[in-house]
Amino acid sequence: MTCSDFLKELTDYLDGAMDAQTQAELEDHLQWCHNCYVVCNTTKMTIEIYRDSHLYELPEDLRGRLRAAILSKCHSLKSHSAKASAQPDSSQTKS
Amino acid sequence: MATIQPKVAESADETSLVHAAKAGNISAFEELVKRYDRNVFRIAQHITQNREDAEDVVQDAFLKAYQNLANFQEQSKFYTWLVRIAVNEALMRLRRRRPERMVSLDEDIKTEEDTMPREVADWAPNPEQLYTQGELKEILGKTIQGLPPSFRTVFVLRDVEGLSTEETAEALDLSIPAVKSRLLRARLQLRERLSKYFRNRIGGDGKK
Repeated sequence: MTCSDFLKELTDYLDGAMDAQTQAELEDHLQWCHNCYVVCNTTKMTIEIYRDSHLYELPEDLRGRLRAAILSKCHSLKSHSAKASAQPDSSQTKS
Repeated sequence: MATIQPKVAESADETSLVHAAKAGNISAFEELVKRYDRNVFRIAQHITQNREDAEDVVQDAFLKAYQNLANFQEQSKFYTWLVRIAVNEALMRLRRRRPERMVSLDEDIKTEEDTMPREVADWAPNPEQLYTQGELKEILGKTIQGLPPSFRTVFVLRDVEGLSTEETAEALDLSIPAVKSRLLRARLQLRERLSKYFRNRIGGDGKK
């Protein structure tokens, strides 16, 4: 297995989405290839740092305002459609 | 080496919430909003890189979902369907802000260079502790902003929000190999760019 072969499989390896034989081959490569070991390890850290970073968290006050705005529009859409279905079609009632 | 575990937990009663919302129960829809508003906001801000746009995406995505609930066939999870709506809204805003640049999920920049790591120095054992919370967020934000939108969209859905490869493919209308290929390159490019901040400085004081 070359380093290039290893890199192609890196995503499936990190996600644990591969058969046992391929996994064993990759782990064998990691035993002796320091560069691939470092790339694998630091890629895993990259994912974990982003996952745990709480980057772009929604502040609670903004969250409340957005929810209120969404729900108020939902209510007006609902009452609008209820009125529309309750009103008989005037062209039909006249005829 | 341990594998990465998904972040989003399954919920048992989601189907009944969706059914109640479809029947016109706004409180049930409110539960769905509460459940996913943080996720939609994160996804939107990762894609648009703009706070105001992200706020608009949250509102518009939930309203679109509400208006189109009757068309939701329930062949996928509600969240995957909602993410699909939110991603489209976010990309539309990004295109509006950057009309000079092509913004497409089909964008697939293929070079040998971006999969072959250049920086292979090992990182400090707890690299995030080299910086304050504020500094770290700035570094992470700046770094992900430099990725093409198609790469960072796949990365945020798979690695930050914990969607499976299949769900990501479905939400973005991409093939599974296309998701995997973008994810690999997104991960490697982020790793490469973060290396300059996080590499082990042997003999130094551990600070930048």
